[in-house]
Amino acid sequence: MNERVATADITAPDQAAETELAEADLLVEEVSIDGMCGVY
Amino acid sequence: MTLPLVEQFQYGLAAPICLTWELTYACNLSCVHCLSSSGRRDPRELTAAECMAVIDELERMQVFYVNIGGGEPTVRPDFWDLVDYATAHHVGVKFSTNGVKITPERARRLTASDYVDVQISLDGATAEVNDAVRGPGSYATALRAMGHLAAAGFRGFKISVVVTRHNVSQLDDFKVIADRFGAQLRLTRLRPSGRGADVWDELHPTAAQQRQLYDWLVARGEQVLTGDSFFHLAAYGEALPGLNLCGAGRVVCLIDPVGDVYACPFAIHESFLAGNVRDPGGFAAVWRDSELFAGLRRPQTGGACHSCSAYDSCRGGCMAAKFFTGLPLDGPDPECVKGHGERALAAVTGASPPRPFGDHSHRSRPVPVSIGPRPPTGPRPLAGPRPDRACDESPLAGFRAAPTSRPS
Amino acid sequence: MSTEAAPASDGVAGARAGTGFDLDRPWRLHPQVSVRPERFGALLYHFGTRRLSFLKSPALLTVVRALDEAPSARAACRLAGVTEAGLPTYAAALQTLAASQMICARGQT
Repeated sequence: MNERVATADITAPDQAAETELAEADLLVEEVSIDGMCGVY
Repeated sequence: MTLPLVEQFQYGLAAPICLTWELTYACNLSCVHCLSSSGRRDPRELTAAECMAVIDELERMQVFYVNIGGGEPTVRPDFWDLVDYATAHHVGVKFSTNGVKITPERARRLTASDYVDVQISLDGATAEVNDAVRGPGSYATALRAMGHLAAAGFRGFKISVVVTRHNVSQLDDFKVIADRFGAQLRLTRLRPSGRGADVWDELHPTAAQQRQLYDWLVARGEQVLTGDSFFHLAAYGEALPGLNLCGAGRVVCLIDPVGDVYACPFAIHESFLAGNVRDPGGFAAVWRDSELFAGLRRPQTGGACHSCSAYDSCRGGCMAAKFFTGLPLDGPDPECVKGHGERALAAVTGASPPRPFGDHSHRSRPVPVSIGPRPPTGPRPLAGPRPDRACDESPLAGFRAAPTSRPS
Repeated sequence: MSTEAAPASDGVAGARAGTGFDLDRPWRLHPQVSVRPERFGALLYHFGTRRLSFLKSPALLTVVRALDEAPSARAACRLAGVTEAGLPTYAAALQTLAASQMICARGQT
């Protein structure tokens, strides 16, 4: 897997964190336990 | 890179993530839209020992939690023991109840239990709207139970609402009730399943109301749960939180009171019957090897919907909603936001839609007219007409009060 | 949540793409988390928070399972065959898991 990193901008830590989380979404996806259809 | 989850599921999961387990067909109420046509206990219901064996299987399979419902599950004398058994065996429990047995003492004990969640059913923010669907006194029962849970310190229990034409104007009021009791509001979709088939035409939200509902849900994000009930509305634009796909046979399923395993609780019909937990190999074998589930887990092509620009969002909608309105499964959902479903429904004339073969509804009716023989209470009734319902009378005929002010 | 950044070797964010996640500390799976291997990786369910996570990589599952015994998250990654180049992505994934309490630093609950 290629290294894709957010350029750390110390003045905008939220952006960096968000991009990093976007990368993490590739490997980890969170779903609410109530997020599956077929449970009344 | 990694496939989207939708495509991962085609290979099947080792076990359901969660599943609905209807413990009994017995119920103290006769809600007009009951998806399991409940009321009377079935003589073949799983014994306590059989239930514990199922729980043992769920533990082995690492099913994370079960949503226990019915009928009214708390009317089973062994209900509380079964809940304790489940949580002692690493299976979380959420149970769905009309509140009838939630006394202050019971509420305190539930609050002290780890891994047990409670869901109270409510279909109107006022007694007038609620009781028209769930029966006289049911609103009071539900609110009383909520009060006991709140007083006992049970934070975040669920209040689950089936959205209908008559309560869609009360969404804000439902939120007020949930906030008052420290509960979490959950809105779910009315489906034409069970007794719901009889009232769906008059109760399902209009197209305009459906849009209202969608906008309201989008504005509230994760604050209001939906059980991924409205994934067909993703075609409007932004998807609501959740997997946004049909979980039947893929991530969830139903175990019914006599051990039958169905693709989902909204699809109680022999066409969606995968097996029975009493068969050799138990529940695990049904989940793993059922032909029905294998078919559901194969990638769906979309059929008549595949060329629609919205298909990627709505995935063709709800299988059960299509099935019980007589629509083909490879076509639009009856409530397709683009109107394709309405057109398809208009084309379905003559033949009556499929009915489930079982009906555990209470027999007593204000107008007891029955044509033909009563179905036997022993062996499973054959598919076909249900004499008690020949007049198509709602169980609450005579009880329902017309709302004095029509919601828009 | 730790905000300690690992030193960057050349000033590029590469080595600290896991901002907030300390690869050099020992980590562990939260004791209330149930891990269920699947074909695509794994499902994690936290019985306390009732949150559900999909691990969409079998290698990430190996990392997560190795955490308890490994001296550091970095060591667990190496054990799972993660290359230096791949570390930031795994660190970010571990950060997501830490944020939802699926994993926690050893020495705390």
